[in-house]
Amino acid sequence: MKNDSERGLIALLGNPNCGKTTLFNAITGAHQHVGNYPGITVEKKEGFYRLNGSELRLVDLPGTYSLTAYSLEELVARDFLVQERPEAVINIVDASNLERNLYLTIQILELGAPVVIALNMMDAAANRGMEINAGELSRRLGLPVVPTVARTGRGKHELLEATGQLMEKNPKWTPLQISYGPDVDPVLNDLEEEIRATSFLTDLFPPRWTALKYLEADVQVIEKGREANPSLSDKMEVIAAHVSEHLEKTLDTYPEAIVADHRYGFISALLKDGVLKRGYDADRLFLSDQIDRVLTNRFLGPILMMLILYVVYQFTFNYSTVPVNWIAAGFAALGNFTESVLPPGPLKSLIISGVIDGLGGVIGFVPLILFMFFAIAFLEDTGYLARVAYMLDRVFRTFGLHGSSVMAFIISGGIAGGCAVPGVMATRTLRSSRERLATLLTAPFMNCGAKLPVFAMLIAAFFPAKQALMMFLLTLLSWTAALLLAKAIRSTILRGPSTPFLLELPPYRLPTFKGLLIHTWERTWQYIRKAGTIILAISILFWALMAFPALPSGEKNLFDQKRQAVLSELPEDLRAAAVGLKMEAGEASLPAPVAAARDTLRALERDEALAALKHSFAGRIGLSLEYVTRWCGFDWRTNVALVSGFAAKELIVSTLGTAYSMGRTKRGEDVPLGGQLASDPLWNPLRAFALIVFIMLYAPCFATVTCIVKESGAWKWGLFSMTFNTAVAFALAAAIYQGGRWIGIGS
Amino acid sequence: MRTILLRQMAAGQRGTIAKVNAVGELGRRIRDMGLVPGASLLVQGRAPLQDPVAVRIRDFTLTLRNNEADHIHVEVDETT
Repeated sequence: MKNDSERGLIALLGNPNCGKTTLFNAITGAHQHVGNYPGITVEKKEGFYRLNGSELRLVDLPGTYSLTAYSLEELVARDFLVQERPEAVINIVDASNLERNLYLTIQILELGAPVVIALNMMDAAANRGMEINAGELSRRLGLPVVPTVARTGRGKHELLEATGQLMEKNPKWTPLQISYGPDVDPVLNDLEEEIRATSFLTDLFPPRWTALKYLEADVQVIEKGREANPSLSDKMEVIAAHVSEHLEKTLDTYPEAIVADHRYGFISALLKDGVLKRGYDADRLFLSDQIDRVLTNRFLGPILMMLILYVVYQFTFNYSTVPVNWIAAGFAALGNFTESVLPPGPLKSLIISGVIDGLGGVIGFVPLILFMFFAIAFLEDTGYLARVAYMLDRVFRTFGLHGSSVMAFIISGGIAGGCAVPGVMATRTLRSSRERLATLLTAPFMNCGAKLPVFAMLIAAFFPAKQALMMFLLTLLSWTAALLLAKAIRSTILRGPSTPFLLELPPYRLPTFKGLLIHTWERTWQYIRKAGTIILAISILFWALMAFPALPSGEKNLFDQKRQAVLSELPEDLRAAAVGLKMEAGEASLPAPVAAARDTLRALERDEALAALKHSFAGRIGLSLEYVTRWCGFDWRTNVALVSGFAAKELIVSTLGTAYSMGRTKRGEDVPLGGQLASDPLWNPLRAFALIVFIMLYAPCFATVTCIVKESGAWKWGLFSMTFNTAVAFALAAAIYQGGRWIGIGS
Repeated sequence: MRTILLRQMAAGQRGTIAKVNAVGELGRRIRDMGLVPGASLLVQGRAPLQDPVAVRIRDFTLTLRNNEADHIHVEVDETT
């Protein structure tokens, strides 16, 4: 492998929905690598291509409409151009949407980068009756323009040849100069001269560009300027403020408005007289618009949306059941096999309960994530996801969220039975940062599939007459909690105006299967690689919490003695049967004394498990938490179960079983726990309901927390969701329990 | 020619942008999307809850919230 610096570096840049990623996939195929830019969550994609014997390194920059400093994506793209100085920039331009796409092109040219334009979606442009003279456009701009159709790969080789030829000439960075009119140009000239004379930031930016950014009040450039030369920066800021004031007084406008006007003016001139010919009226309704008349119709739109979201949900969770079950069965078999070959002891317990169960936990999510990303990639690539955001924005904006938040909520369990891990990852489709963060912090309040068994058990035991109604109520409750808490978060720690909506509805397109697969796989792989290791580590930690310290040998001997006593009462030839058949089905045929002994042995084993749990760190944590949790009506047994639920919510039921001496004596054994709780005098419907509410809202499982950290790019948000959610859950559960007791129910 | 706010335009109505008076990030985004004076647009429709509004401009469809549309003054085409 050659060093990165020895390869020709090429950046791909273009608007969202211009087919940039499709082209990138067409060029690099499987030779790509996805990562993140350091410290932020913007994806960084690299790929390689061999052209005439030399290796090219292609970087797919995030899709942007502009190169300002307002969003992470734009900053990433701009910083890359400025700092990495690619040898060439392939600017992908949607030919069917030429004017707006060229707006970005102008800004790249103003930076001075050597550009090759890929005039993409030529087929779509032709369908819309647009005729583009690529040769003339190339002549006017003075750079290569290659027509392409990324979906079919048409023009790919010509594009790369043109790029190769450009790189061979080793072009200098020559910034494009356009006129911004009589009010701005003179000031720009003056500033440019001064910048040149003092070499102000010239190692980074072209002088005229820096001047322009000062007029546009670009935060990042001005900050860099203040560091480099504070006095000059101040002076330029004052001049910029003057111009701004003058323009506002005389023309009632702003420098940035003038700049944008002139850029679009420049583009109009560029396309006039034979470059762009339209066969139809520009406002003609095309197939895509006709589809929208149905899919975003006032009445039909919402109904069809519900239907489509429901299908996505069914697809994700039903079709993934089969592979999920295979994986579960595989890990169970592996566990049983290990159980049979390893000698008893802590190592065996670590390997089975820590490593194998932990790995199973990581891999068990993979089919879910795979299906979810496939479904979302489909909705995203067809263009429907933008319509969902458009239709639902009014509702979600009320709570400080964004129309696109709905996907994350639904996947997380908005329709009961989802999973917050893929749900949190689904927030990637949101581009506005505050709304995205608020969404990924509140999506875990939804009723995921792992909370359902606990709810089902408690509801069946305490509200047997109203099971369906209760489940429905819980779904409503989780939506209400998530939306209200989102509002609370957005009006406190994530306070601030909503990010501008301004969402493009791209024409409906049929995605390519290859594109969907690449998209799905790279995201799934990221999950396995990153979340996997942490989740495995945590499940080992939780195994240790529950297994250590082990029962003191004195107590353990006591149990062993009792066991021996039971066995010694049996005739010698039947002892093996009592032990060996301990777990087998079809025990009815056993002689009565053997059956009785077997039952006693089982009870002993359960008692030992209970004693061990109470003695373990987890048990001690549960006990010490009683001081606080008694406000919600939880005793140490419930607490231990809740603590284990932090490792995975599925564990709540099985730990409760152990804590109630129901004995999880063998892996996966069914426990009639509900009946036991219902007959326990300490338990009543009020307590059960407080527990349900607590489980619904408290700290997300560690897999989810890991994803929150990965997606938000900061540990603090993972910690926040653990503490904040638990505090909310505690407050609400305590209010319910204490309030209920006060009005006299369930005391 | 009447100049009204984009929010006040009905579905199917056409016009030409007369002025955009937004500043800061919103102003920048509006202009990046090609909503500058002189551009002609057609109101394509509204979301089921009447907000956001979908606009056909420069060969693509853009949706924006009503409070964002409030910054855009449009000379309406009286023939539509």
